[in-house]
Amino acid sequence: MLYAILCYHEEDVVCSWTREEDEAVMARLAVIQERLTKEGKMGTSLRLLPTTAATTLRKSQEPPLVLDGPFAETKEQLLGFYIVDADDLDDALNIARELAAANPGGAYEIRPVGLFNPDRREAVRK
Amino acid sequence: MTDAAWIGAALTAARPQAMGALLRYFRDLDTAEEAFQEACLRALKNWPKNGPPRDPAAWLILVGRNAALDGVRKTSRQTPLPDEEHLSDLDDVEAPLAERLDGSHYRDDVLRLLFVCCHPELAATQQIALALRVVSGLSVRQIARAFLASEAAIEQRITRAKARIASADVPFEAPGPVERAERLGAVAAMIYLVFNDGYSAGAVPDRAALCEEAIRLARILLRLFPAEPEIMGLTALMLLQHARATARFDANGEAILLDEQDRGLWDAKLINEGLALIDKAMRHRAPGAYQVQAAIAALHARAARPEDTDWAQIDALYASLEAMQPSPVVTLNRAVAVGKVAGPAAALALIEPLEGSLSGYFHYFGAKGAFLLQLGRSAEARTAFDRAIALAGTPAEAAHIRRHLDRALRESGEAAEK
Repeated sequence: MLYAILCYHEEDVVCSWTREEDEAVMARLAVIQERLTKEGKMGTSLRLLPTTAATTLRKSQEPPLVLDGPFAETKEQLLGFYIVDADDLDDALNIARELAAANPGGAYEIRPVGLFNPDRREAVRK
Repeated sequence: MTDAAWIGAALTAARPQAMGALLRYFRDLDTAEEAFQEACLRALKNWPKNGPPRDPAAWLILVGRNAALDGVRKTSRQTPLPDEEHLSDLDDVEAPLAERLDGSHYRDDVLRLLFVCCHPELAATQQIALALRVVSGLSVRQIARAFLASEAAIEQRITRAKARIASADVPFEAPGPVERAERLGAVAAMIYLVFNDGYSAGAVPDRAALCEEAIRLARILLRLFPAEPEIMGLTALMLLQHARATARFDANGEAILLDEQDRGLWDAKLINEGLALIDKAMRHRAPGAYQVQAAIAALHARAARPEDTDWAQIDALYASLEAMQPSPVVTLNRAVAVGKVAGPAAALALIEPLEGSLSGYFHYFGAKGAFLLQLGRSAEARTAFDRAIALAGTPAEAAHIRRHLDRALRESGEAAEK
């Protein structure tokens, strides 16, 4: 069974870390990630850029509404996500609009990815 | 993370919001600061024992308010507030309580707190020192180290700034849309001052911290005002400039020109965030000076090698910046792009009319010398570089020009030998 581990933390606090503190946390995490990779258990992991870089597509209306900032409602729950390789924000929004047409209601938050570690399970098995 | 480190980070993060609310409540900077200090002391005692509250800012506001009111005699109209010993367990009570106290005021509180620091009667250096003390919570010692000044001098600068503000009218009512936009503009300029103070200082570690603090403040502002393209532009501009921090100076602290920097040292994470923010800002089709400057910085950031730089686009962006914010310094910057696109003669022709207004400006003579050197006019280049050295503000600036001057001397020497 594949599991997603969703990371929540206070952004104010994380953004107040010094570079040294940030690097120390990342180094501790890297040790665990490396072990999981060797065990063939490490799927994709990524670190998102701050919510200030987010844009939200509200798709409960037609046409969907583009809003600056992260998804902030509490009525809806996180049900899944996509990783897409888009040229820029407009391109990413177009992809999200196409998905929205197929699945209206709720919202998509479009957040740039800061750090991307691809899935290496297959490489380890071979 | 240890308790102390976690609490320290939480207090730093909560400070602007808590200080902003306390300032609105007490309408006096010193009282608000004392109340916040007291709340922090109680947090250090209370949080390790009772666990961290769900909303540290709300906790600090309530406790700070209580503590300050204990000092003053309570009037009968004030409702007693719960003791802080009981606050951290009352997660369910805490949020609505904070909501009732401050609710949607948070946004304007933080803006007001920042705005107070950029009062037009305060000199730029006072604004920066006050913001770092009051909003960021840096100690007088930290600020003194960043400014390379004595603690007594900084203490006096802050005290005078506070006195100025106390005698001026600080607007405590909630701002209307026009006032809010004006305050945002003033606050953005002040944050950029803090940044530039760190950025222009050279390889001084304590000053680089000013750049990081300015970025942190801009992110806070952006979270409060998520749809303001100029705030996105300002944040992007600072991220893109700061991304080059480790590549800008050599081991001796001498400046390294953009073209000669090791681009592998540029911070890809900060660049990505800056680029993402510009992308967001552009969608608003409401260009402004910060966005244009960020777009210029982005073109540099996107070029993997110096020769990949899109100088024609940079020239066009500087032209639009000139139209928005006419200034000889902007034209001087544009001349560098013109020099790359159309050659040094065109660049020189663009800047020569500026000599009158920039006669005391280090960078003008540095650029003029460089263009003259490219044109093979070494003797004139030498005169320009001499002027630049005389005007240099830091040893790093002077050393940088001396390198150019050495080259000019070498080349004129070679020319004489031929």
